[in-house]
Amino acid sequence: MAPGGRGPEVRVPASQGVSRLDAALIAQSLLSGLLFGGVYSLMAVGLTLIFGVMRVVNFAHGDMMVWGMYLAWLLATRAGIDPYVGFVGCAAALFGLGYLIQRALVDRVVEAPHEMQILLMLGVALVLENSALVAFGPDPQRVRSPLRAATVWLGPVFVDVARLVTFVLAMLLTLALYLFLTRTDLGRTMRAAADNLYGARVIGADVGRVYAVAFGIGAACVGAAGALVSPILPFQPAGGLGLSVASFNIVIIGGMGSLPGAFLGGLLVSVAESLGAVFLSPSMKELVSFSLLIVILLFRPAGLFGRAAT
Amino acid sequence: MSAGPLLATPVLEVRELGKRFGGLHAVRGLSFDMAPGEVLGLIGPNGAGKTTVFNLLSGFLAQDTGEVRFEGRSLTGLKPHAICRMGLARTFQIVRPFPHLTVLENVRVGALVRQPRMADAAGRARAVIEQVGLGAKAGHPAAGLTLAERKRLELARALATKPTLLLLDEVMAGLNPTEIQAILALVRSINEAGVSILLIEHNMRAVMTLSHRIVVLSFGEKIAEGAPAAVASDPRVVEAYLGEAYVAATN
Amino acid sequence: MRWLALVALVVLLALPAWLNSYAITVFIFIFFYAFLGQAWNIVGGYAGQLSAGHAAFVGIGAYASAVLSAQAGLTPWLGMLVGGVLSAGLGTLVGYLGFRFGLRGFYFVLLTVAFAEVCRIVALNTDAVGGALGYYITFTGNPRQFQFQDNRAYYYIALGLMLVATAVVAAIERRRFGAYLIAIREDEQACEALGVNTFRYKMLAMVVSSFLTGVGGTFYAFYLFSLQPNSVFGIPLSVEIVIRPIVGGAGTVLGPILGSFILSPLAEASRVYFGQGGWAGAHLVAYGLLLIAVVLFLPQGAYPALRRLWLRTAAR
Repeated sequence: MAPGGRGPEVRVPASQGVSRLDAALIAQSLLSGLLFGGVYSLMAVGLTLIFGVMRVVNFAHGDMMVWGMYLAWLLATRAGIDPYVGFVGCAAALFGLGYLIQRALVDRVVEAPHEMQILLMLGVALVLENSALVAFGPDPQRVRSPLRAATVWLGPVFVDVARLVTFVLAMLLTLALYLFLTRTDLGRTMRAAADNLYGARVIGADVGRVYAVAFGIGAACVGAAGALVSPILPFQPAGGLGLSVASFNIVIIGGMGSLPGAFLGGLLVSVAESLGAVFLSPSMKELVSFSLLIVILLFRPAGLFGRAAT
Repeated sequence: MSAGPLLATPVLEVRELGKRFGGLHAVRGLSFDMAPGEVLGLIGPNGAGKTTVFNLLSGFLAQDTGEVRFEGRSLTGLKPHAICRMGLARTFQIVRPFPHLTVLENVRVGALVRQPRMADAAGRARAVIEQVGLGAKAGHPAAGLTLAERKRLELARALATKPTLLLLDEVMAGLNPTEIQAILALVRSINEAGVSILLIEHNMRAVMTLSHRIVVLSFGEKIAEGAPAAVASDPRVVEAYLGEAYVAATN
Repeated sequence: MRWLALVALVVLLALPAWLNSYAITVFIFIFFYAFLGQAWNIVGGYAGQLSAGHAAFVGIGAYASAVLSAQAGLTPWLGMLVGGVLSAGLGTLVGYLGFRFGLRGFYFVLLTVAFAEVCRIVALNTDAVGGALGYYITFTGNPRQFQFQDNRAYYYIALGLMLVATAVVAAIERRRFGAYLIAIREDEQACEALGVNTFRYKMLAMVVSSFLTGVGGTFYAFYLFSLQPNSVFGIPLSVEIVIRPIVGGAGTVLGPILGSFILSPLAEASRVYFGQGGWAGAHLVAYGLLLIAVVLFLPQGAYPALRRLWLRTAAR
């Protein structure tokens, strides 16, 4: 994913020098990165919620996002619904999918050795990614949205309205999730189950339902993220892995199981990638991304805020 | 049963052993010796640091301060597998058999450290399995054993490594009185065969009958050491277990 | 059981006489992926360290022998050893980093994927080995350059590779090395307490596994004659490598072979039926479903289940 990949156009008055160009470019990247960070945060929050509640790593996360993107595309092309409205539908559909996947499949391996969970989610990822391939073909798609071309100038930098709307919506969704977890009974039960499963059972929590809802919400987050991103970036079924890895990257940096960590990590990584795109070519950027992942895995697998996985 | 003055090299020498977790001193300034062939009981209220001591001795935790010598050789910085090869073996408080392997295969893993050839190791494993009384279950998967049988399996596995010193962590926990008597006899026979034993145990009667000497820990520090009878009537020990109020009330 | 294997072997050796060219390619496919799966089995099945990046070793072996053959005229018969050693080098690095830093389960999987992706991206951007366009080997049909006119030569080489890898795994299983790996997979800490240097044995498994996989890379290169970074380093290849032992029975000698005999024809059939008209991913959907089914219903794989069935019927 290359938030800065389109290449921001910056008009610099001829009389200004090179340093002004750099500063404007950097400011632009920072802003673009920050705005895009909302999407990254949403992806990461979804993943970390699933992990935090049931200690399962959702290897199919990126592929669920791809389906979110394609559903948004379907809504836009078949029903004429703009993704900035349609994302609700995508979130709902992915919620259902996540709920089903958890109830039918993941529930059976929650207490199994980790290898089994990994292989199961890998299987789910394969099915999702390749059914998208079968259904939609391998070529990249994009969703047309009237907001696409709109930009607003703030001094030397411009704001891509599409990204701004994405950012605002992503923030709202994250806020909604936060309120759900802290203000509703189900949300509080979920946090209780995450902290202490046995205790949650003792007080009579329906753990199966809690797990399923958690997984559903995690999927919904990423479905919404996919819809919000669909007008901004081209997407294809094969992109699922990259999105999963990006999510893992953020969650590992921010801390597995930590919601604030995932949230801040998303913003951080997006800004870093955006700045990186200014100085590096797209594939080198991917290289940096993976190398960063390796370094983080070795030195800080618990992340900035998180607890250990086992 | 008193051990008398130590004339031979102690099998274990612990000096000023210390371990901190953040601000908490799990073990502090612990020093004691073990004579070869001795059974030393390590007792103390919950949270006294006993299992931490085991983890330090067997290399699963690195000590912050102090020194440990096993048969005169320093254990500082050694990994658990190296310490086991030297002759110091341990069991775990919560038994951990290899669930998908049979009893024989389980014990064979322990035997392989001394006998690299599979056939020899299997032979030794069978002998040890007989010794602990699991002969009838040699071909059974470990997952299907009762708790008492799993404790024996854990013991057999450690025994198969031909230890000079065996650390037993609450080997009687969770067993009924008959099973306890049986394990007691087994541990005694192992000791009589020449293996020194350091055991953590909450079952007071078992510890008192089995041990030559006892070390008492409270909040990470040694508060008493000596023959079982002396330790049992030591007021500091009573206080550690039952509290100051009890001591005041009964004196 | 033994005589059954012997009969099967004789059949496989004699088979090419009756098969048409297409059928032979299917068998080559079966044998070669059984070989790769068997190599993976050592570290992923027996030692229980799930690697989802084994394609990296295939790729390194493939590019190494291909480039050495084209630039230095080194015969791939030797080049495969160089490829194997280089792959083992990467295997050592990944293993060392993973095991020294205590990465388990999910984290280790991620590490292996990251390394494979790094290799892929580096290959994509290195013009000296063809970059994104790929590296091509000119067909000469010269056996000294590991190229053969006749498909049947590849058949026997692939069969040979599969047998060698299987022999290695069988030898490992019979010895202390194998017993230790299995125990490590069961409970690593308990092993440490029993005198097992778990780091050393996991590293050994990784080195042997990556070496064999690297050797397979040469076969890949000189059978397909074209190397594309996305194909030879990519996740889909890693999936193909991993899924056969998992379905057939990870941590068993015959598991990868059984898995390949089940899955390779399936993949080929779905490629034939769905390959035209953009249904390219269909067989991978089937893989995914199969993986899910295996995890839920046959976690130890097909072979152990079949063996239990066999023993039960034999007991009557």
